[in-house]
Amino acid sequence: MIQKKNILSALVTGLLLATAPVMAQDNAAAPAAPASAPATTTNSGPAANSTTPESTTAQPQSSQGGNQANPTAGNNANAPSQPGTGAQSSSPATGAAGTSPSTNNAEQGATSAGPVEPVNLGEAQVPTQSWSFAGIFGRYDQNQLRRGFQIFKEVCSNCHSANLLSFRNLGEPGGPEYSAAQVKALAATYTVADPSAPGGKRPALPSDRWPAPFATEQDARDANGGALPPDWSVLAKARGAKREFPWWVFDYFTTYQEGGPDYIHALMTGYHEQVPAGVTNADGTPFKLPEGKYYNDYFPGHAIGMPPPLSDGLIKYEPGADGSTVPETVDQYARDVAAFMMWLAEPGLDSRKEAGFRVITFLLLFAVIMWMVKRRIWSNVEH
Amino acid sequence: MADHESSYQPSTGFEKWFDDRLPIIRFSKEHLMDYPTPKNLNYWWTFGGILAMMLGIQIVTGIVLAMHYTPQANLAFDSVELIKRDVAGGRLIQAVHSTGASMFFFAVYIHIFRGLYFGSYKAPREVLWMLGVLILLLMMATAFFGYVLPWGQMSYWAATVITNIFAAIPVIGDPLLQLLRGGFAVDNPTLNRFFSLHYLLPFIIAAVVALHIWALHVPGNNNPIGVDVKSSRDTVAFHPYFTMKDGFAMVVFLIPYAWLVFFAPDILNHSDNYIMANPLVTPPEIVPEWYFLPFYAILRSIDFPLWFIDSKLLGVIFFGASILILFFVPWLDRSKVRSGTFRPLFKPFYWLFVLNFLMLMYLGTQSPSIWWVPALGKIGVAYYFIYFLIILPLLPRFEVTRPLPASISESVLRPART
Repeated sequence: MIQKKNILSALVTGLLLATAPVMAQDNAAAPAAPASAPATTTNSGPAANSTTPESTTAQPQSSQGGNQANPTAGNNANAPSQPGTGAQSSSPATGAAGTSPSTNNAEQGATSAGPVEPVNLGEAQVPTQSWSFAGIFGRYDQNQLRRGFQIFKEVCSNCHSANLLSFRNLGEPGGPEYSAAQVKALAATYTVADPSAPGGKRPALPSDRWPAPFATEQDARDANGGALPPDWSVLAKARGAKREFPWWVFDYFTTYQEGGPDYIHALMTGYHEQVPAGVTNADGTPFKLPEGKYYNDYFPGHAIGMPPPLSDGLIKYEPGADGSTVPETVDQYARDVAAFMMWLAEPGLDSRKEAGFRVITFLLLFAVIMWMVKRRIWSNVEH
Repeated sequence: MADHESSYQPSTGFEKWFDDRLPIIRFSKEHLMDYPTPKNLNYWWTFGGILAMMLGIQIVTGIVLAMHYTPQANLAFDSVELIKRDVAGGRLIQAVHSTGASMFFFAVYIHIFRGLYFGSYKAPREVLWMLGVLILLLMMATAFFGYVLPWGQMSYWAATVITNIFAAIPVIGDPLLQLLRGGFAVDNPTLNRFFSLHYLLPFIIAAVVALHIWALHVPGNNNPIGVDVKSSRDTVAFHPYFTMKDGFAMVVFLIPYAWLVFFAPDILNHSDNYIMANPLVTPPEIVPEWYFLPFYAILRSIDFPLWFIDSKLLGVIFFGASILILFFVPWLDRSKVRSGTFRPLFKPFYWLFVLNFLMLMYLGTQSPSIWWVPALGKIGVAYYFIYFLIILPLLPRFEVTRPLPASISESVLRPART
C-alpha cells in the first residue's frame, strides 16, 4: 500500500476542504450528450484506441501473454464463450495463479514469469489533490463527472468493466445527470446478451448493466498480457493512502475520504518511459522492469501491467454548458477520471451529505432541548 | 431493588384482573420507573443505556440488511454493494450498521473501564460483572462474524487468520478448525455458518443483557463514591431522573455517530475490503478492526516458546487469558474500598493500565517487523497481566485509602474532591 509520510500538507488541505466549500474543480467543459458522435479520440496512447465499444483493438503487445490482441474481444463481451476461444494463446499465468497465494496486487495479476517479489520500496508519496467532493460541504461537479465518463467510455472501458454500473445510473441525481433521452440513446448504441432475444443479443436499455469488455476473466488476461484489468465499480474506494498516527485522527474531523481518487490521479500521472536512475530493490540491486510492464512511481512494486492510458490531447472535450473549457492534459484527464470513479464507487455521496446536515442539525437542537428538560427535572435534587 | 414497596395501584377493574394473572405492568413500573437509583451517578453511567440503544439499532438495521443480503460466496460482495445502491435507504442502513459496530465497541470499552475504575465488579455485583464479560465475548464473536459477511479481501483473510487461532489448540485444534470453517479452507460453507451465527448471537446477547439488568436490579447501582445506598434520601426514581439523563446522553452520543454515518461512512473500513475476496491473493497487510487491536497485539507479541508450549499456542493462551481474566477481577481486587476516587495508589496504576491498553491498540496496527513493535508489545502484555494478577491483589496491603463519606447524601452536600 502506499506509504504516506508527508501528511502535514494533506492535513492542511483537508482542513481547508472541510471548513470551506472549495469548489476546486472548475465547472467547465463537459462533453456533449454521451450518445453524440464519439469519433473525437486520437490514437496516440498505446491503449487508447477504440472509439466505439464494439471495436476493441490493439492491446499492449509487448507481453508474453496474449501476444496478439484479440480483435474480437469486444464483441465477445456478452456472449458466452468457451475458455480458450477468446484468444490465440493462453497465458501461463493462470497455472501459476492456481497453485500458490501471490502477494501481487490485482493489477499486476498473476504475472506469467513466476511470482514477482513485492518491491514495496521507494514508492512516492501520493500527493493530496483538492476535490470538489471533499469535506462535508463537498459535492460532485457534474461537468467533471461528464468529462470523466467520456474518458471512461472512450478509453478505459475498452479494458475495464464496471459491472455495477447501469445505464440508468448516468441519469440519476448526484451523477453526470444526463437526460432520460440521452441515457436511452446511449444505451441503444451498446449490445447486450439476452437469451430471450432473437439471436441472443439486443440493444441495451437504460436498465441494463454496462457491458463488460471481456466475456471472462481469462479473456481479459489473455488480451492484457496476463494482467487482469480490475473492475471499476468500487475501485476508487478499494485504493487509498495509508495515514500514519496521529494524522489519521484529524481525518475524522476533516472527513478525508479521497485517498482513492488521490491515488488514481497519482497513478495516471506517475508513469516513466524508463526506470528512473537510482531505483533499487530491497537488497540494493538495481531495479529491473519485468518484460511487458511499465514503470510507475505510485504502483506498489512500480511494475504495472497497464500501459500509460492517457496522453495530452488524447480526448477532445466539448466546452461546458457555460462555455468554459479545461486544459486537455494528462493531469486534467486524471482528475476527471478519478472524480468519475469516485462517483461510480459512491454514487449517493451528494444526497448522503445533504441528509447528514439535516440529521445533525436535528440532533443538535434535540440535544439542547433534552439538556434543558434534564436540567429542569434535576433542579430540585442535590446531586 | 427488591425490598421497596411497589407504588403500582391498578386503577381499573381490568388492570386489577390482569395484574393478578400477569403482573407485567407492575413489574415494568417497579423496574423501569420507580427503580431507586443513586442520585450521584455521573455521565460515565449513561453508557449502559447507550449500549442498550446500540444493541437495538444493530438488531433493527441488521434485520433489514438480512432481507437484502445474499450469503453466497459469489454474490455476497455485490449484494452488499447493491444494498447501498438500489435498496431504498440502503446506503444509510448499511452505514448505520457498519459504523454502529464501532460505536457499540467504543461505548462498551468506556462502560468496562468505568466499572474498573469505580470498582463496580466488587461484592455484591460479581455476577453482574461476569455477565458483562460474557456479553463482551458474545459481542466480539458477533462483530467478527459480521465483518466476514461483505466478503471483501479483509473479510476473507480475517476469517482465515482468526479461525486459524483455533488450530493452535492441541489435539482438538484441527477438527475444531474444520468445524468452524465447514471445510479445509474459508469458503462458501464458512460464509453461510457465519451469517447464521451473526443473526443468532445478537438475540443471545439481548437475553444476557436482560440477565445483566436483572443482576443489576438486585443489589442496585454502584455509584461514583462506591458507598452503599443508606436511605431513600440517597436515591431518586429512575424515571424521570435517569430516563432523562440517559436520554440526553444518547442524543449526544448520536451526534458523532451521525457524523461518521453521513460524512465519513468508510473511514473505519480498510480499503482492501472493497476488493472481493480472493483466496489466491494475500493482502499486503491483514489488520483487524480497531476494537480487536489490543487483543491482536497481545496475540502477536508472544513470539517465543515456553517449556513444551510452542510460540503460537502460547500466544493463543495469552490472547484467551487476556479476556478470560476479566471474569476473575472481582476476586483479584482485594481492596475493601470500591471507588478509585478514594484510592491514591490505585489511580496511577489504573491510568497506566488505560494508557497501556491504548498502546497495545496502536501496536496492533504496526508491522511486527519493526524492532520496537514486539519489544513494546511484550512490555504491554506484561503490564496488562501484572495489573490484574499482582497490582490489584497486593495494592491494598500498602495503600492508605482516603476517608469515605458516610453516605451518598453527605458526599453530595460536601463534595470530597482530590
